[in-house]
Amino acid sequence: MSDVLAVAEHRRGELRDVSFELVTAGRALADATDGDLHVAVVGGNTEEFADALNREGVDQLHTVDYGEEFNHDVYVQATEALFGDLDAEFLLLPNSVNGLDYAPAVANKLGLPYVSDAVDLAYDDGLTATREMYGSKVETTIEVAEGPYAVSVRSGEWPAAEGVGDAEVSAFDVDFDEDAIRSDVTGFEEVGAGDVDISEAEFLVSIGRGIEEEENLPLIEALVEATDATLSSSRPIVDNGWLSKNRQVGQSGKQVTPDVYLAIGISGAVQHVAGMKGAETIIAVNTDPDAPIFDIADYGVVGDLFDVVPALIEEFGGDAPDV
Amino acid sequence: MKVLVTVKEVAEVEEDFEISNGEIEETYLEYDLNEWDDYAVEEGVQLQEAGDDVEVVAVTIGPERAEETIRMALAKGADRAIRVWDDALGDAGLLDVEAKADILAAVVEEEDPDIVLSGVQAADDAFGGTGVALAEEVGFEWAAVVNALDTDGVLDDGIASVRRELEGGVEELTDVELPAVLTIQTGINEPRYASLRGIRQAQSKEIAPKTLDDLGLDASVADSALELTDMYEPESESDAQYLEGDAGEQAAQLADVLREKGVVDG
Repeated sequence: MSDVLAVAEHRRGELRDVSFELVTAGRALADATDGDLHVAVVGGNTEEFADALNREGVDQLHTVDYGEEFNHDVYVQATEALFGDLDAEFLLLPNSVNGLDYAPAVANKLGLPYVSDAVDLAYDDGLTATREMYGSKVETTIEVAEGPYAVSVRSGEWPAAEGVGDAEVSAFDVDFDEDAIRSDVTGFEEVGAGDVDISEAEFLVSIGRGIEEEENLPLIEALVEATDATLSSSRPIVDNGWLSKNRQVGQSGKQVTPDVYLAIGISGAVQHVAGMKGAETIIAVNTDPDAPIFDIADYGVVGDLFDVVPALIEEFGGDAPDV
Repeated sequence: MKVLVTVKEVAEVEEDFEISNGEIEETYLEYDLNEWDDYAVEEGVQLQEAGDDVEVVAVTIGPERAEETIRMALAKGADRAIRVWDDALGDAGLLDVEAKADILAAVVEEEDPDIVLSGVQAADDAFGGTGVALAEEVGFEWAAVVNALDTDGVLDDGIASVRRELEGGVEELTDVELPAVLTIQTGINEPRYASLRGIRQAQSKEIAPKTLDDLGLDASVADSALELTDMYEPESESDAQYLEGDAGEQAAQLADVLREKGVVDG
């Protein structure tokens, strides 16, 4: 019998979706090894969180009352102590930004092999994780012969657990080493406020690496003008400073839900898709027929944006600038 | 003050490629400095330019070919470089987070830096764990996914005041005490191009080769519990309706779709 410990994630008073996905992933592993699923929540309003996490399939809930928000030093200590106390076989953590900030440290501290960003898991006398490499161009399977195992899972890959569970809730006391809590979260800030709110737009024309140079922006701006659209982009355009942060669609940018999302020269990395898959209609223009954006597109244009966009501008009576 | 920047040479895959024996065939790969590490190098060089007596040392784990990449870091302003390699690493297959953290920890112990800058992840294997595991291994503080760093705080107060880029357009403000490892997110700065002068100067800078033995490690450091057993192209799940024809025909159909959906008049 091998138990699973999954650690929930919350921020600013709310559990994040990945917490419920971890329950689903954890239940499957526990079933494969005839074990129990333990879910821990550290900090914040633990009582309320434990209530919400008490979904079907959870055997035990552990609350660690310490602090309000995520602090990696606290999470490392709490997770290490609880995992040791439970003598569990699997440690499941989110591959979120905060997961990236403590999962590798916990794994290292506990001396567990660490598999990150898993998109699928299977257990048969050893753990097999599926993960992506080379910017999602390939999938790989990773076998880990011997446990215990530490795995971080990609959000959005498992369905959220539902139903109401009857898990036992108990407070877990951690004897924190205060001297080892050396990082200090001093606040949060919303970024990307500005003149335009892309999350309100009905029609987004969105650009990615495919536009190659900042000098090519006027071409897209001409399309935006001719179609009365709103301009948005994937991360690299903002990283390059070509557009401001409030135009960024994706995991670390804005979530958008327009009627039409026209993705031009965007490959469709998972972090980008997380921000725009809620669009009613997705149209992708890309030279690479294997670009992942086509997997979620309703309409696909395999072609060179520098040919297609000028022609589209003309369709709507605009003038395409030379770029 | 000493800044250690970890850099990795990563393989980039061409648009069309083939996989054989669980690997992408070499002819479809191009090697380059990991994008995230490019931003880490820039951040290190900016610290060096802002402070007095700041040394920037780049370190990589990689075969001789990786010297090309680490020379990019030197050309951009790193003072010297260390390249760790060993036949045992070449034979190991997958170098997991633990192995990389152990090797880099030995370098940290030798170099005793005040701050270590590392890319959030590598573009090829994308484990995203080396920096934080390294911090834990050497007992440094850390912060992951940093997209802003207060240079003065680092130089004057020994505190790294950072912004961490959380999901959904929220940033966390965190102070960490030095010595610390920061994992650097893209967009934190604008990485410079290596100037011709920089490239020339890089030729005369030192790249110290180190074996595991030099670092007091033995071959077992490369042993990994993880084994990459299969690699394949993900199946396309596309049910997109493709607009065929030349660019003009595609544009005409696309215009029809946009009119039909009611988002564009005319």
